[in-house]
Amino acid sequence: MIIPILRLKDVLLTSIQVDLTDQEALDFQADVLRMVSETEAGGIVIDITALDVVDSFMARVLNDTARIVRILGAEVVLSGMQPMVALALIEMGRELVGVETALNLDQGLERLQRLIQERTSGHGRPD
Amino acid sequence: MADLTKIRVVLENSRDVVIARGAGREVARQLGFGPADQTRLATAISELARNVIQYAREGVCLVTDESNGHRISIKVVVEDHGPGISDIERAMEYGFSTGGGLGAGLPGAKRLVHEFDIESQPGHTRVTIAMSRPRV
Repeated sequence: MIIPILRLKDVLLTSIQVDLTDQEALDFQADVLRMVSETEAGGIVIDITALDVVDSFMARVLNDTARIVRILGAEVVLSGMQPMVALALIEMGRELVGVETALNLDQGLERLQRLIQERTSGHGRPD
Repeated sequence: MADLTKIRVVLENSRDVVIARGAGREVARQLGFGPADQTRLATAISELARNVIQYAREGVCLVTDESNGHRISIKVVVEDHGPGISDIERAMEYGFSTGGGLGAGLPGAKRLVHEFDIESQPGHTRVTIAMSRPRV
């Protein structure tokens, strides 16, 4: 299962369209990190509209991915989380959600651009 | 009305985790549980089934319709013959893990369902979860 990661000007765009096994989630994480590093993109939007389960493992993979991408010097926004998925995650434990999020892809891209601007102008959030 | 649904999913690899949670969601949907409960149940099954693969390597997940005239109910039993959980109390603590995980699996699953029962000894672990609501 290869999830395409597209380049759009200076950012990357990807959409998880299928239910991933743990191994596929880890492969996806590796792909994202490789692409961010190879393309020197300013950031990536990961759209998860199609995911109807985000359990603690997937949540950790997404959180870790975002953290590593930030360490590499880029930004991550997670877009399109289904309301029921968000609900279940919060009920399981708030700490599971530690990523910048946006309602949909459109807003995700906007948010990503803003985060990249903040970072390059030196006004990034302290971690 | 006694349309007893029973789905058995053998858990042997991580693809089976996806199949098991899909089966749970589907039965919940057919019984008339709403999207929130379907997602809660699928997520809880995902946590339990993953534990089986990770710690016991194989097991089974049994999804059963336990509805009666007054309530719709769904029961899920996830069972394995692995090493067992030596300290259930600690395993149920949020943030405790022996497998390098977040430690959110078991306690997280418990928070998502109405009933949660766990029994474990070396060679046999069984987690039973259930959801129910009044018939309307």
